Amino acid sequence: MNEVLRLEGLTKSYGNVPVLKGIDLTVRRGETVCLIGASGSGKSTLLRCVNFLGYPTSGRIFLEGKLVGREITDRSGTKLVKYREAELCSVRAHVGMVFQQFNLFPHMTAEENVMIAPIKIRGLTKSQARDLAAVHLKKVGILEKARSYPGQLSGGQQQRVAIARALAMEPAIMLFDEATSALDPELVGEVLLAMRQLAQDGTTMLVVTHELGFAYNVAHRVAFLHEGTIHEEGTPEEVLVKPCKSRTQDFLRGHTTFRMPEPKL
Amino acid sequence: MTYHWDFGFLLQLGPLLLQGLMNTAKLWAVALVCGLAIGLVVGVFRTSPSRTLRVIGTFYVETIRNTPGLVQLIWIFYALPILTGLQSSPWIAAVVSLSIYAGAYSAEIYRAGIASVELGQWEAARALGFGYINQMRYVVLPQALTRMVPAFGNRAIELAKATTLASTIAFGELLYTAKIIAEDQYRPLETYTALTLLFTAVLLPLSYATIQLERRLGKKGTLHRE
Ligand SMILES: Nc1ncnc2c1ncn2[C@@H]1O[C@H](COP(=O)(O)OP(=O)(O)OP(=O)(O)O)[C@@H](O)[C@H]1O
Ligand SMILES: [Mg+2]
Repeated sequence: MNEVLRLEGLTKSYGNVPVLKGIDLTVRRGETVCLIGASGSGKSTLLRCVNFLGYPTSGRIFLEGKLVGREITDRSGTKLVKYREAELCSVRAHVGMVFQQFNLFPHMTAEENVMIAPIKIRGLTKSQARDLAAVHLKKVGILEKARSYPGQLSGGQQQRVAIARALAMEPAIMLFDEATSALDPELVGEVLLAMRQLAQDGTTMLVVTHELGFAYNVAHRVAFLHEGTIHEEGTPEEVLVKPCKSRTQDFLRGHTTFRMPEPKL
Repeated sequence: MTYHWDFGFLLQLGPLLLQGLMNTAKLWAVALVCGLAIGLVVGVFRTSPSRTLRVIGTFYVETIRNTPGLVQLIWIFYALPILTGLQSSPWIAAVVSLSIYAGAYSAEIYRAGIASVELGQWEAARALGFGYINQMRYVVLPQALTRMVPAFGNRAIELAKATTLASTIAFGELLYTAKIIAEDQYRPLETYTALTLLFTAVLLPLSYATIQLERRLGKKGTLHRE
């Protein structure tokens, strides 16, 4: 089973306003896919549909080959997918999410933040969870802060703990929603480095980012989201260096910080 | 005209006063614990995604908060037995009534505390795979509770004062005891002065502790940050 995530005809509207208008996207095992696009193009909405923090209006989501929800045909003959909350909880447990604002639990130490879900959801013992937390905190280079509270950590450190927290659930795929956008510029690097390390270790990742350098250097594929559809998709070279579509070209021209050709690291 | 103060008789009636103090303390403690428990359930109802639960919670809170505590107590002691056919003791009526009363006010504290926790905290817990109840239990409530401590302190003080309502249904708490003593000894001035001082002596430190706690919590909303 090579395919971790497949979206088929995914749509999402807020009231009458369509935000996603039929997204088809596949992420394979070990692959890093970067999702880029202008503000308001629906990147967050898309990620939030994947772990059901928001509910898709229509379309199908397959996680590791299995359709999430149950497909039914209503009286008028249209196909609908029905979701059960219990199933969605288990889907969320298998999908790691990293937020722009970190959202660490302030009343728990870094280590406890990482341990809580493995203990309460996966049923690990405290000592197993502590070992697991150590592995993942080490992976993101922040083991020495295991006993600190989030309020005592810098933004970059907090975000790395948040990454470890998601990793500790050993998810099938990791989602990142602009994980570095809330950080001071000097702290962006350490988080990108941790993410890059994950990608190189073969973690399956779907990454929403404005860091085009990261997309270029780390992603296996890049998808450009425009007005609720995937406008252009391909290798970083194809999308970021030689985009075919004029919308993509316009978008890239707006990113002055990313000049081509940027050296491959 | 000079009044000749004499507190001596109160010392002789010490055991009686102590009995009153114990009754007040008992009523206070039991109503506080029950009120906090009721308040937790109702506060969670009030913030629940279920509309039905929210409506039930709101109905309870608004009914209780918009009627005088004294009327509630009297209703439970004198009116409810007509419906149920069971006359409760003053103690039971006082406990039930004050618990319901404290429950409504503490429900509001829980509700506000829960609402003060940012949406991102719920979402982070949800994204890890926690269901609603566990998001509440492990992530939201622990943070909310810390922020609620000063408000609970204030409620506890209010409730201590409200226990005196029970004197109206002849429950032998402090005020009722004082009334009996004052009438018996023809010394209302000393008796009620002593009562005032007694309440102040107990509640002032609590009040002070609450303020200190409020200050320590400050804007940070949690005790853990440095
Ligand atoms: N809860 C909501 N209710 C109504 N409209 C919403 C809601 N959330 C998002 N939208 C709208 O959906 C569109 C897509 O929003 P989304 O947050 O997915 O964009 P984005 O690509 O992540 O943008 P950004 O780069 O600013 O994060 C926007 O026009 C936004 O206003
Ligand atoms: Mg966004």
